[in-house]
Amino acid sequence: MVGAMEIYMLLPKTNCKKCGLPTCMAFAVGLLGREKKVDECTPLIEEKKYEAKLKKLREVMAPIENASETGLIIHPERCFGCGNCVVACPVNVAAEPTRSAVGLGPESEKVILRVEDGVVVANNLKECRRFGPNKTLCNACTATCPSKAIEFV
Amino acid sequence: MAICTGCSLLCEDIVATYENGALTHVKNLCRKGHGHFQAAFTERTVPMIDGEQVTLDSAIAKAAEILKSAKSPLLYGWSNSTLEAQAAGIKLAEKLGATMDGTSSFCQGILMERILSGKIPSCTLDDVRNYADTSIFWGSDPSSSHPRHLSRFSYYPRGEKRQKSYEEERTCIVVDVRKSATARLCSNYYFRVAPGGDAEFMEAILAVLEGKIPKVGDKKKMIELGSRLKKTKWGAIFPGPGMIYSLQDKMELFERLVAKLNEITTFKVIPMVGHYNMRGFNELMLEKTGFINSVSFKGGAAVHGPEHSAMAAAKTSDAALVIGSDPLSALPFGTAHALARLPLIAIDPRRSLTTDAAKVVIPSAISGLETGGTAVRMDGVKIKFEPIIDTNLLSDEQILTRIMEAI
Repeated sequence: MVGAMEIYMLLPKTNCKKCGLPTCMAFAVGLLGREKKVDECTPLIEEKKYEAKLKKLREVMAPIENASETGLIIHPERCFGCGNCVVACPVNVAAEPTRSAVGLGPESEKVILRVEDGVVVANNLKECRRFGPNKTLCNACTATCPSKAIEFV
Repeated sequence: MAICTGCSLLCEDIVATYENGALTHVKNLCRKGHGHFQAAFTERTVPMIDGEQVTLDSAIAKAAEILKSAKSPLLYGWSNSTLEAQAAGIKLAEKLGATMDGTSSFCQGILMERILSGKIPSCTLDDVRNYADTSIFWGSDPSSSHPRHLSRFSYYPRGEKRQKSYEEERTCIVVDVRKSATARLCSNYYFRVAPGGDAEFMEAILAVLEGKIPKVGDKKKMIELGSRLKKTKWGAIFPGPGMIYSLQDKMELFERLVAKLNEITTFKVIPMVGHYNMRGFNELMLEKTGFINSVSFKGGAAVHGPEHSAMAAAKTSDAALVIGSDPLSALPFGTAHALARLPLIAIDPRRSLTTDAAKVVIPSAISGLETGGTAVRMDGVKIKFEPIIDTNLLSDEQILTRIMEAI
């Protein structure tokens, strides 16, 4: 996963404030938190000398922009389908205390994570503890993954 | 609900949908199991003699003829067969006076013998989920070999007495030669041993438990491990092939370690069996013959010994029947080479190196998918399953019965 510093290195680094933020570093953090968009940096778009940087930045930003509302990214090609995240997710445990919580595959539609066709898929992301204004930095699914198939932006 | 026979966890909560002869959607199946379920539609075998397609009846007749004319045939495999097929196999071996061996003689047999005879205490995986607060994976990597082991039983689920589970109440310890996928999950308690260094490491743990200074490893970390083991209320050890191959004849050391741990607290052992019914074969053989594997029925009575293991028998037999296994890919070169030179009869649902080299190939139905039966999970729990796909293929048991009738 890309960091704020890597994004910063691809910005003009002039602190021109045209995006509304005081520094380019603040803009980089905004990009990473998905509060800002690349197009809001007008010098990067308009000035020709930044063309290469802009191209690289769009490449780096592609996975972040495709992430779900909670910033959850699943790499199905890395997933073992072990279900550690399914059993560890606190929302899954609360939704199915007699199935997900004790290691069985979930049955109800209320759960967030489930294993389908051999890999993990996410639904109901609104229930995720990382969603909404009162979000917490829960990492039950990423910490229990043996293959780093789940990431948060 | 279907049962997955992809590994010895025999997961019972699989929901599979088939349409027009293809797997369309499946829930709760791990990647390994998904591959196993899809295998029903690729590279299936057809009846063959000397590489040419024949009818099933003539393949069975040819197989019976080879076995009948052989002086000392070897019947090998059995780990991917149901208990019913294994029982038919034992009857066939008795009739032929053949040597019978399972894959366990190369793998977990040395440990399984001690578990089944009660020398090493064991328990079920459900006990592990309900009571265990320490799980030790020694020379095994369940994330790769039994993907749902950690999530269904040994680390993540909430059990009767372990409601706070991995967050507060469970500890996972990994002893391995490399930082495996499982080791990444319990980085605080990952202990790296040199290849072949498991015996030394066991002695070091024994020393720490007796209050002495360990000779190998990081002393501080070893003492921390010792106090973790002493604090354990109910522990489980899952030894994999890594530990078995490294210890070899020094299995008594592991017995000593388990006995010492049981003086302090409770520790149980469940071997990480690979194939779905290897333990079933061992239990059935013990019940019928008194030995878990490597048995010769020559002369009527069952005789056990290393000279009757597949490794030795491959060189002395004059024909072999291979079922539920692919020895030419899996066994050491010398044994595989010796086997390949024999007239081989392969009973297998799918193409493998063994079926390619076999004189006679007999296709069978995949147990768990196309045929039902009973199997024994890695912890000794018997699980019965029903077929979920319709097929015209014969099951292993039916094929063996027909061969027996023809002899």
